[in-house]
Order: sequence, then C-alpha cells, then structure tokens
Amino acid sequence: MTHNAPQTSIVGRTRQEMAKRLAQDIANGSYVNLGIGIPELVARFVPEGRTLIYHTENGLLGMGPSPEPGAGDPELINAGKRHVTANPGAAFFHHADSFAMIRGGHIDLCVLGAMQVSKDGDLANWSTGAPDAIPAVGGAMDLVAGVKSVFVITQHCTKHGDPKLVESCTYPLTGCGVIDRIYTDLAVIDVTAEGFRLVELSPGVDFEYVQERTGAELLPIAHT
Amino acid sequence: MIDKRVSSAAEAVGDVFDGAVVMVGGFGEAGSPIELIHALIDQGATDLTVVSNNTGSGEVGLAALLKAGRVSKIICSFPRTANSTVFPDLYRSGKTELELVPQGTLAERIRAGGAGIPGFYTPAAVGTPLAEGKESREFDGQEFLLERGLKADFALIKGQVADTHGNVIYNKTARNFGPPMAMAAKVAIVQVNEVVEPGEIDPEIVVTPGIFVQRVVEVADPAFESELVAAGVSYP
Repeated sequence: MTHNAPQTSIVGRTRQEMAKRLAQDIANGSYVNLGIGIPELVARFVPEGRTLIYHTENGLLGMGPSPEPGAGDPELINAGKRHVTANPGAAFFHHADSFAMIRGGHIDLCVLGAMQVSKDGDLANWSTGAPDAIPAVGGAMDLVAGVKSVFVITQHCTKHGDPKLVESCTYPLTGCGVIDRIYTDLAVIDVTAEGFRLVELSPGVDFEYVQERTGAELLPIAHT
Repeated sequence: MIDKRVSSAAEAVGDVFDGAVVMVGGFGEAGSPIELIHALIDQGATDLTVVSNNTGSGEVGLAALLKAGRVSKIICSFPRTANSTVFPDLYRSGKTELELVPQGTLAERIRAGGAGIPGFYTPAAVGTPLAEGKESREFDGQEFLLERGLKADFALIKGQVADTHGNVIYNKTARNFGPPMAMAAKVAIVQVNEVVEPGEIDPEIVVTPGIFVQRVVEVADPAFESELVAAGVSYP
C-alpha cells in the first residue's frame, strides 16, 4: 500500500462493493428503510436465504424492485419518487402511520448517505447551510431519531478530498448521536462512546491510509 | 339523504377565500389533486397558506398555483424536486415564506390537528437548526420538541373511489397525506376517479371515513404531473 498513489488510482471498495458489504450485516427478517442514492444499492446484494422487508416512508412496506421500463405506475413510487413495485405481502398506509413506524421504533434499520458524520455519531446530510440553497429536509430527521439502528454508507472523503468523518460536523445537523456504523470505500467503522473505532479495512487498504483521510482519531480494531 | 357529490372541481373549490389555509395532498405527483388545484387557480383565491410535502414540478398543479402568486406561505418538508423551478425562484426573491418541517413531524402535526390534539412531543430535529425557538422537554432521559397540531380551512385530496357519504379509498402510495389532511380540514374536498352509491365500498376497506370528508367530485381520468410536464404544459 502506497501513500502517494496518484489520485486516479482506485483504492478500496466500489459503491457496489460497499453496498454488498453492508448487506451482509442485515439480519434475516429485518424491516429496513433505505435512503436515496448509494443506500438504494443495498437491496441488490441481500445474501441468499435472507428476506428483508423494505419500508419506504411515503407509505409502503414490502417494496419490490423497479418495474420494467414503461410498466411503472405513477402512484406506486418510493421516497425518491421513482417507480417501484409492491411485493406479495406488501401494505400501503398513510404518512402519519408511516412515520409512527419510524418514530415508534418499529423499523429495525435505516441506511442513509452522509455529508458529514462526527465521532459522536452526529449526522449532517440535508443541507450545506449555503444561504442561496433551498432548504429541504424530508424524512431524514425523523428516521435518525426513531429507527433502532442507523447505518451510513458513503465515500470516505468528499470529491475534493476532505474527510466526511470528522471531529464535529460543520454542516447543519440532521440528528445528534444517532449513527451506529459507517460503511465507506475504505473501511467499516463503528461509532462508539470512545469515538470512531475501526471494524474492518477494505481489501488493499491499511490503517494509516484510512486515518490520514479521517478527520478524527481512528481507534484500532477492538480485539475482544 | 346525504350526498356530498359536487358536479365539478370549480364548484368544489368555489368558496376558498383569500388568506385561507389549504392543505394539498400528494407526495411528488402521487396523490397530487391536479384538477382541484387548477380549479383553485381559476377561482382566484390568494394570500393562501399551503400545507404540502412538496412544491410541485414544472408549471402545473401546485407549482402553477405558486407561480400564479397565490401562495404567501408554504409549510413543507421537501420543497426541492426534479423539475422544480417555480418555488426556488419565489423563495429566493422572498415572495413566498417557507416553514420547513421534518416530514414525519409534518404528517403528525396534521394528524394531531385533525384529532383535537394541540401539540405533541417528538424526538425528530432535536439538536438541529429546525429545533430553534421550539420548547423542549425531557422524558425518561431523552429530549423531545414540542410541535403544534395543524388545522386547515380546506384540504384538496386525491382518492380513487368515494361514495356519496364521503367514504374514500385510495390508490397505492397516492394515499400518503390524504387521510390525515381530510381529518385536519374544516372542508375536505376529495377528487376521485369514481363516485359510487353507499354500500358499494365494503366498510372493511374504507380508509377515510365519510365524517372527515365534506365534498367529493368525480374526475374520471385525472392528469399526472409528469405527463403534463413532459408535454410542456404551463397552467393556465
């Protein structure tokens, strides 16, 4: 592993590999809410033999894959407003019930993207705080406040190379102390009472490489 | 005899007044009551406060109502959507005020308003910019924010089938905000593909009971926002 590899080299996991790695950690029978973007990829990689029930907060449990092109129903969509299908055993419900599932702790796991995650598990993923930006929050604040486990899946650094895992978030928060685990291209990292703790390095990546790209101390893998 | 049918979308929204609070159902285009919104544009009421999850797309439906300058304030969770240009311009120019509310808090504020609950505590948004100015309280060691119930003068909702008593069933994820908004509005107006006689909807499958609905209007073949936008329609 070299530390001065040219920027064009591909180090660590691709988005698909990140999603596949995260999918290994979801228990059979879980009720899962997947955010928009990389989180949506997770559904493609659920290990054989496990059945997950997907919740989409606009009002569907038992969300299935996208329909064939042209076969979509404009009134059967997901939270990203894309056409989806309903699996056998699915249920429709209104928004207040949908968020009762979220806020009431009935959803087992939520997977979200992130702009920043702090070592205390604070998440920023809805606004850069730029004065001319149109603020839009959607259901992210409800999800992180109510769902039992919240995983983040994200590139380790921004497009500009800045760490997304930081001492404290500079962007407006989505929630405080809400993130349990982070899956990046470089590593799997737990948020613990002591801070970021490495769970696993991506193939071909070493500890120092990840630490250099993390904006807070990275604790080594706990040997229990 | 109870018959909540009205003959047209125009008649259904005829008494919406200037300054009214109007809830508008829909999540994206699913459940967006386009024909009722267009009738409201024709009707002319202005200085409206609109409660809706999004702000519409293109220049049809809710986006057209905004573009027509009829909305002074919007209470909303996600006012930014693909093909959404009308609201961003209004917001940047200060012409429409935005009250940004987390989506689940918005849904529960509407439900609470309709259920006679003036306020409730939620964990959503604690420690975020959206908590500013809100009363907080600790329960069992966790912090919660006080949120107020929301009521409206009118609600514009899209269902699939209603009977003349106002019992409504919906279509798939178009249900979204319809049931809580029907509860929270003094006058809930529901457009449906088909109006049927009492007894034709199995009481076991009624989603919104008729007590929450004041008017139903049949729009047999409703338009979809995405189709209108793709066709380049700009309403009116």
